Amino acid sequence: MNQKPRVVVAMSGGVDSSVAAALLVEQGHDVIGMMLRLWSEDCGAGGSNRCCTPDQMADARRIADQLGIPFYVIDTQAVFRNTVVQYFIDRYAAGQTPNPCLECNRLIRFEWLLDHARAVGADCLATGHYARTAPAPDGSIRLLKGRDPRKDQSYVLSVLTQDKLRQVLFPVGDYVKAEVRAIAARHGLPVASKHDSQDLCFLADGDYRRFLAEHAPDAVRPGPILTRDGRELGQHTGLPFYTIGQRKGLGISAPEPLYVLAIDPARNALIVGTRAELGRSALIAGHVNWIAGSVPPEPLRADVKIRYTARPAPAAVHPLDGQRVQVVFDAPVRDITPGQAAVFYEGDTCLGGGIIAL
Amino acid sequence: MTRIYLDHSATTPLDPRVLEAMLPALGDLYGNSMSVHSFGRDAERTIEQARDTIARLLNCRPHEVIFTSGGTESDNLALRGPAQSARTDGRPFTLITTPVEHAAITVTARQLQQVLGAALRIVPVDHFGRVSPDALRAALQNLPPDGITLVSLIYANNEVGTLNPVAECAALAHEFGAIVHTDAVQAAGNFALDIDVLGVDMLSISSHKLYGPKGTGALVLRDGVDFLSSHSGARHEDYRRAGTHNTPGIVGTAKALEIARAELDDTTARLSALRDRLIDGVLSRVPDVELTGHPADRLAGHASFAFRSVESNTLLMILDQHGIAASSGSACKVGNPRPSSILEALGYGPDWTRGGLRLTLGRHTTQDEIDTVIDVLPDIIERTRKLSAISMS
Repeated sequence: MNQKPRVVVAMSGGVDSSVAAALLVEQGHDVIGMMLRLWSEDCGAGGSNRCCTPDQMADARRIADQLGIPFYVIDTQAVFRNTVVQYFIDRYAAGQTPNPCLECNRLIRFEWLLDHARAVGADCLATGHYARTAPAPDGSIRLLKGRDPRKDQSYVLSVLTQDKLRQVLFPVGDYVKAEVRAIAARHGLPVASKHDSQDLCFLADGDYRRFLAEHAPDAVRPGPILTRDGRELGQHTGLPFYTIGQRKGLGISAPEPLYVLAIDPARNALIVGTRAELGRSALIAGHVNWIAGSVPPEPLRADVKIRYTARPAPAAVHPLDGQRVQVVFDAPVRDITPGQAAVFYEGDTCLGGGIIAL
Repeated sequence: MTRIYLDHSATTPLDPRVLEAMLPALGDLYGNSMSVHSFGRDAERTIEQARDTIARLLNCRPHEVIFTSGGTESDNLALRGPAQSARTDGRPFTLITTPVEHAAITVTARQLQQVLGAALRIVPVDHFGRVSPDALRAALQNLPPDGITLVSLIYANNEVGTLNPVAECAALAHEFGAIVHTDAVQAAGNFALDIDVLGVDMLSISSHKLYGPKGTGALVLRDGVDFLSSHSGARHEDYRRAGTHNTPGIVGTAKALEIARAELDDTTARLSALRDRLIDGVLSRVPDVELTGHPADRLAGHASFAFRSVESNTLLMILDQHGIAASSGSACKVGNPRPSSILEALGYGPDWTRGGLRLTLGRHTTQDEIDTVIDVLPDIIERTRKLSAISMS
C-alpha cells in the first residue's frame, strides 16, 4: 500500500502554486494537481476566464508533468457562475462593494475543490496562498499571516473554519516571494509572474462597470447625489459605478472637494460630503466567522483590516450575537465600505472576519 | 498501482510482431520509393508488397489502396476528393451523412458546406445510433440532376460501438447513383472487411486502432470514383495522395491487418464474452445506468454506458486515480466538457448526455481486470454523483 499522504494542490500555472506543488513533492507527498475551470463572460464564445486561459492550463499541465504528478482540470463553470458571480451581481445591486475572492474561497476552493480532492482519496488540499497555519495549545488550528508581509493573503482566507483548516496546506506561506522565486528557479519552474491572479477573473475585459450594466441593469439607474442633510447636488449615473472615498468623477462642483460617504440603495442616492466627514470610528459587520470556532465571550482588542490592501487599524471588537460584531476604532478610519470584509488580527494571528454591513 | 487499460478504441499498443516487421524499414530500407536507384527500388518493393497484402485482405485491387497518415486523413480525402471533382466539373455536390460520425467527417462536412457550398443532408439515427435504410432512402430523394452525391456512413461508431448496415445502405445509395464511403476505423480490427461484399466505393482504416503504429493508415478508393485529391503534390499514389511514403508505417499497417485477420475469430469471441460480462456487471450493480448503443450489433470489445447525473470529466479523473483508463464522448482535458453530441443524437436528455463512459477492451484485457472494474465502479459512480450533484444544481 502507498502510505504517503495524498495531497491535491490547486494549480494556476503561476509561480506560487507551482512552488507549492514542488515543495509538496519534495516533502514526499503523493501529489495530484488540479486546476479549476471557472466561468467567464465570454466562455461560450470560445473565450476564457482570465485566470484559466488555455495558456495557463498548458503551463500548469507542463509544470505538473515536470514535477511528475497527475493533473486534472475541474469544470467549475456552472457552480462558480451560480454562486460567486451571482453574489458579486447581487451585492452590487444591493448597493455594496463585494469582494468575490472571499466567497470563492469559502464556496469554491475550500468546499467544491476540497470535495474533489477528497473524492480522489486526498487527505488535504494545498494552495499557493501566502498564509500559514499552526496548532494552538487547545488543539485548534490557527490561521497566521504569511511570512512575507507584502504578500500576506490571510485576509481572503478569513472565511475558513476549523474543519477546513485541518484539511488545508499553504506550502509557500513560510517563504517570502524572493525565496519562492528562488525555489522555482531551483526546480526549473517558470518564475515570471505572468499569471498573477486577477481579482475579478470572470470579467472579459476587467471592466466591472460594463459587466454590471449588462448583468444587473436594474441596479444601474441614475439618481440623486445628496449631502448628509439632503441637499441635491447633481445626478449620478448608477450606484455600482461609485466607491466609498471616491472624489474624482462625481461631476459636481463645490467650494471644497467632496467625497462619496455612503451609498443609499433605498433612495438610489449617492451621499457625499467633505474630507472631514469621511472618517468613521465604528462599523457593524455581519456573517462573522470566528476561526477558533466560537464567539469570544467578551469584547477583545484587535487590529482590523477593512480592505485587502488596507493597513490594520487598532480597535475594540464587540460581539453582538453569533453572526455580528461592532468594531470601534481607536481613531477614525477612512473608506469603510459595506460589502468588503473586516478582518481581525492579533499580531500575526487572523482571528476571523465578517462582511461590513454599515 | 496496477493499471488497467480499457481505452482500446482510442488507441492500441503496438504489437511486437508489427514492430519487428517495421524495423528493417526504419533501418536499411531508408530509400525514397520514388527514387530511380536501388535504394529507392528496395523501399518501393517493400511498400508494394504491403499494398498487395492489404488489397488481398480487403479484397480490392492493389492500386485501389492509398496510403495515408491515418483515419482522419483518409476521411478528409474521401470527402474532399469527390467534392473538389464536382466543383471542377461545375456539378452540384451533395453530401449525405449521419449525426454519429467521427469529427473527421462531421467537421470536414461542415467545412465543405461553407467553403465549397456543398449541400449537406443528415440522416437521422435510432436510439442505438443506427441508420435505417428507409431513412437513407428518404435522404436520397430529389437529388439535383447531374450532381455528384456522396454518402458517408460510419461502419461502427466509436463512442457507442453500434454497427451500421453498411452493405445494405451502399446498395441502396448506388441505386440513386451516389458514391459511398465508410469510415471503418473502429471496425477494421473487428471484422473481415471485404470491399466487394460491402459494396462501398471508399473505406478508411487506421493502423493504430489495430495494434499498428500511429500516424499511418489507408483509404481504399475504387476505380471510377469522381475524385480530385485535396492532398496535392508530386505523383505519389498516382496523384491521389502526395508525400513521401512512410515506409515503416505502411509495413506496419499491412502486418497489423494481417495479424488482426488471422486472430479475428478467437479475439472477437473472447472479447464479446468479456464485454458482456462487463455490461451485465455494471448494469446489475450500478443504479441509474443505461447501456448506450446496440446491445448485440456492436463492436466486440466495446462497452459504453450513460450514467444519470454524472459528470464524466470527474468520473474519468477518479477512475484514473484507480488506475483505470477509460474515456467519454463529453470529457475534455481543459475542463470545458460539453454534452455528448452522439448521446444527444440518440435521444438522451441533459441528465444523461454528460455522463457517458466508454470502456473498450483489447487483446490483453483479462477477466480479472474486468472483475476489478465491476467491483470498484459502483462506489466510484456514487462518489462522482455526489460531486456532480453540486455542479448540476
